[in-house]
Amino acid sequence: MELLVASAIGAMTAGGIYLMLRLRTFPVILGIAMLTYAVNVFLFASGRLTVGSAPVLREGVTNYADPLPQALALTAIVISFGMTAVVVMIALGSYLGSNDDHVNDPAEPDAEDRT
Amino acid sequence: MTHWIILPVMLPAMVAPFIILAARYHMSIQRVTTVASMIALIALAAGLAWQASDGTVTVYRLGDWAAPFGIVLVADKLSTMMVLLTAILGLIVSLYAIGSRWDEQGRHFHALLQFQIMGIMGAFLTGDLFNLFVFFEILLIASYGLMIHSGGNKRLRAGVQYVLFNLLGSTLFLFALAAIYAETGTLNMADLAERAQMVSADETVGLRIAAVLLILVFAVKAAVVPLHFWLPSSYAQAPGPVAALFAIMTKVGAYAIIRVYTMIFPPELEATAGLHTDWLLPAALISLALGMVGVLAAKTLDRLVAFSVIGSMGMVMTAVALFSEEAIAAALYYIIHSTLAAAALFLITDMIRQGRADLRLTAQAPVPGHLLIAGLFMTSAIAMAGLPPLSGFVGKLLILDASYASPLMPWVWSVILISSLIGIVGFARAGSTLFWKARSIETETAPEGTPPSALSAIAVGGLIALLIAHTVFAGPAYRYTAGAAAQLFAPEAYIDTVLNTPGKLSPKTEEN
Repeated sequence: MELLVASAIGAMTAGGIYLMLRLRTFPVILGIAMLTYAVNVFLFASGRLTVGSAPVLREGVTNYADPLPQALALTAIVISFGMTAVVVMIALGSYLGSNDDHVNDPAEPDAEDRT
Repeated sequence: MTHWIILPVMLPAMVAPFIILAARYHMSIQRVTTVASMIALIALAAGLAWQASDGTVTVYRLGDWAAPFGIVLVADKLSTMMVLLTAILGLIVSLYAIGSRWDEQGRHFHALLQFQIMGIMGAFLTGDLFNLFVFFEILLIASYGLMIHSGGNKRLRAGVQYVLFNLLGSTLFLFALAAIYAETGTLNMADLAERAQMVSADETVGLRIAAVLLILVFAVKAAVVPLHFWLPSSYAQAPGPVAALFAIMTKVGAYAIIRVYTMIFPPELEATAGLHTDWLLPAALISLALGMVGVLAAKTLDRLVAFSVIGSMGMVMTAVALFSEEAIAAALYYIIHSTLAAAALFLITDMIRQGRADLRLTAQAPVPGHLLIAGLFMTSAIAMAGLPPLSGFVGKLLILDASYASPLMPWVWSVILISSLIGIVGFARAGSTLFWKARSIETETAPEGTPPSALSAIAVGGLIALLIAHTVFAGPAYRYTAGAAAQLFAPEAYIDTVLNTPGKLSPKTEEN
């Protein structure tokens, strides 16, 4: 299971980073979304991976899953979801306004200065 | 009365919904509420700073859960100083936004401003790393809204870059937090400080990676080279008062570095040895040089000011990276100065923008209110470039003095002195083009636009007055920052107060 989780995190991170290095906003946003998935799983795994153990203290149970990373991952999911929604809206506004969805600055101010 | 500590977070958190829900269509009520709450915040922050000034560390447990389990807010000298600075800046920014009518040019300016202040206050006060992340997100999401306030294509595009860069920063932050939690099993700063010491020397890989990731995140916030690329266009495109408020946001990064890397990962700790001198110091010196070269090379005034912010952050981080008690004290003194000076410059840039076609550094007809603006610009440029007699000079002197003992002293001195010279030339060129050459241009028509309103001028004048006060009372101010630095270098009191104040679950049982 460790191998599966670790390679899932690795694959998503790699894909996320690759997409983030693209020029246009849509792949970049997808890349950031993939990175946030990767980090959520990573957060979840930071409390050690256990199968079938209870997160809440009870009588007669000796194996526990750490509940804190689950709470942290929940917070992180909510925040990243909200942030992704915000960036989609802003990127959409920017695209509809200037009819161009490149992430980098347009090159025009320089050309303007020389004339 | 430890409950006071939560108020700088709670007050804006309650005022903002009030503004959205009750005063949505009443600009005057929004304005009065904002100014009133900012004044109340200053009073609160001053009270907290006074309470902390004798060296007591006060801790507030949310829900009364004892420290490693619950979230705590901690008020020590450094936190309360930064909170007071934020409150003062918040008042000035809101006055300027009202005076220049920026707040009418889009919706929800005041509410977003309150949320932003809430996030910054929380980031300064919290004693828990994950909570620090949450407050970072609060201040960021409010800043996204403020950054694109009143719209426009260029601003939206800069906004996209800003948001994407910060989202990446947040993701890195989470990776770092998860790595720290996996290694130590805690995210409470005081608890971490103890546990980081216990990690045995040959098992520090995870902790080392976490420490580097964390410093990367804070360096993104503090715009340290090579992670500064988001700053120039977003600060240049943000509305004037917002850019002025953002002057404190880079300091949040600096604050986080100072806090985490004195308490949790001090230079003595073997796991992170060399992080400060080998990596942070060169990066800081390069930011300083690059910022000042940018000041000289900038073609528009707004970018010039943005680069001067990078330069002054480089100066702060240089002092931080030296990591002696005097250097941190000097860095804190310089942080106050640099926040005020950068905010003043952004507001003045906005005043100039009102009266000109664009902000390119070419001779154009004088802007309305020419003399006043020129005077204000000169004063704050002198402060920012670090010329005597203003506080930039004092701060720089303190940093130079603190670096005297360091083996890297020649590097630090030469970079600081040469980059200052470059910065002075850059500011002098900008000022003379904007204000002197303008006089030689004859205009047929009366200048367009209106001179800055009295309230805007008062806001900028207030910043300048604070800068002068920071210079005149440099002695007491430095004594306070020296006290804060001393407290940082003796974190036992902080750790003891946080971990040993009784609360729920108090008879401490080890987690994990």
